[in-house]
Parts: sequence; C-alpha cells; structure tokens
Amino acid sequence: MTLILAVLIASAAVYSWKFFGFLVPERFLEKPAVSRIAALLTVALLSALMATQALTKGSEIVLDARIASMVVSAVLLKFKAPFLVVVAAAAATAALLRLFGF
Amino acid sequence: MSLGVGIATGLYGISFGALSVASGLDIWQTQLLSLLMFSGGSQFAFIGVVAGGGLASLPAAIASAWMLGVRNGFYALQMKPLLGLLGWKMPIAAQLTIDESTGVGTAQSSNEDTRRGFWLTGAAVFVFWNTLTFAGALLGNALGDPRIYGLDAAAAAAFLGLLWPRLSSLQPLAVAVASAFVAVALTPVLAAGMPILLAAIVALIVGGFNLFANRSSDGDLT
Repeated sequence: MTLILAVLIASAAVYSWKFFGFLVPERFLEKPAVSRIAALLTVALLSALMATQALTKGSEIVLDARIASMVVSAVLLKFKAPFLVVVAAAAATAALLRLFGF
Repeated sequence: MSLGVGIATGLYGISFGALSVASGLDIWQTQLLSLLMFSGGSQFAFIGVVAGGGLASLPAAIASAWMLGVRNGFYALQMKPLLGLLGWKMPIAAQLTIDESTGVGTAQSSNEDTRRGFWLTGAAVFVFWNTLTFAGALLGNALGDPRIYGLDAAAAAAFLGLLWPRLSSLQPLAVAVASAFVAVALTPVLAAGMPILLAAIVALIVGGFNLFANRSSDGDLT
C-alpha cells in the first residue's frame, strides 16, 4: 500500500462516521453503553498513542529525555496552559536534555 | 467567538504539520490529511502510527484514525436535529462536524445562534487548521532531524494534551492507565501499530461491563 492511498482510505473512513451520524436515527444515542464505549475508546487510543510515542522506539521500549518532557507537559496541563505551549515546552525539554548529552 | 476558536485550533495545526513531516509524510500528504480527514485526533493517530512503523503499519494507521473518529459520529447525531433540514449542504456539514463546531453550536440558546455558531466555527477552524498545517509542514521540512528538536517528545505531549480534558473521572483514568500499559508492554512482541489497536480492547471491556463507574460518567460524551 502506498502512503497516499492510506491517507485517502483513512480520510474516507473518518468521514464515514460524520456522514452516517447525520443519517442514523437519534434513538441510537440513547443507549448509554454505546456512548460510554465510544468515549472510552477515544481515551484508550489517545493514551496508547501517547505511551508508545513517549516510551518506545521502533519495537523497543526506550526510556530517555521524552519522560522529562511528559512530566513538564503534565504540569503545564495541570495549570491549564494552552495546547501549543504544552507541545512546545515538551519539545524544548527533550531538545535541551539531548543537547547536554542525556 | 467562532474566529477565536478557529485561530486557537489552527495554532496547533502548526504542530500537526511539523510532526507529520517528521513522521515521514511529505507536505502534500500532510495537507491532504488536514483537508480530507479534518479531525485532529485521527490525524495525530495516523501520523503517530506511521512514525513508529513505516509503510508496514499503514493498515493499523488507518484503523487507529478510523476508531478515533467515532466521536465525530456522535457529534453528528447531536447536531442533526439542531441544524434542521440541510439538503445538499449535509455532506459539507458532516465534514465540519468536529469537537469545536459542535462545542460552540450546542452551547447556544436559540436555534438560529446554534446554526450560526456551528457553521462559522466549522468554517473558521477549517481555514485556520489547513493554512497553519501547511505552515507547520514547511517549518518541519526545514528543520531536518526531528529528534534534535524534541519533536518526538512533542508528539507524545500532543496526545497527552488531547487526552487530558477527558480524564474527568475514575473510569476514563483507569482506561488511560491500562491502555497505555498494554500498548507499551506489547510493543516488543507485536507488529507496529497493533499494540495500539489491542489497547482499544481495554475500552470495550471497561465500557461494556461499566467497570470503575461513578454515576456522573454515565453516557458522558466528551
């Protein structure tokens, strides 16, 4: 599969949720289990992506400067810093630590 | 208000653009994601999986992006009765149905304000998100090795930033901790991208049996 094809398929797949949401009957939303699982699915995927991005490299578990970045981001989020500030601070933390050889 | 939300959201389009080219996509593939997929969480998921596993991980990248898009379907369900008859505009409204447009739209008290809020916010976010994705992609391209600038750490922080507001009670917190553990523990033994998909099973188990629930988390769609 080429990257561009994957971009198109994934975009169509994401659009299908938005599109069919406008077509299905509303009572679907009334089942609490459905909306609960949907909300938790988002949490599980975001957390799994965060953890693998922070703690792995290829197929190995690698603990490095990224851990310090995550601590800094969590503290900033706790104090309600804007998204861009959090992301930039995480990058700066890892970049500085690496510059000094960590 | 719509403009403010659009600018604020667009600003993290810069980080998406830069991280996307750092993950191995080119500028045009990055721009296509923002134009066609137009859903931040799914876009970050797609490039996150590709960054870890390259071309072999593309099916997992598609699946992750798709599963993270599910909440847009619920937003569409919410917006449908509020927007009234849409006709030919429905496919456009569908594409603009995201966190921000739904958030502003549903916060209004009159039907007219709801419609205006939804359309203006959706359009503003679309314009700023795409313009600043392009700027970020150019910037990322100019930077070179992403690790020197800590862009790998920035990607992890971006996911934490998207996750943070959802950790409002014990149930999502338990799911977040368990799925993070599952994904990292399985990384050495499974093909790239698969650990993330398997971590999603945590949500099915906890949500299906309603474990770690307190009353306020029931049916809470955020």
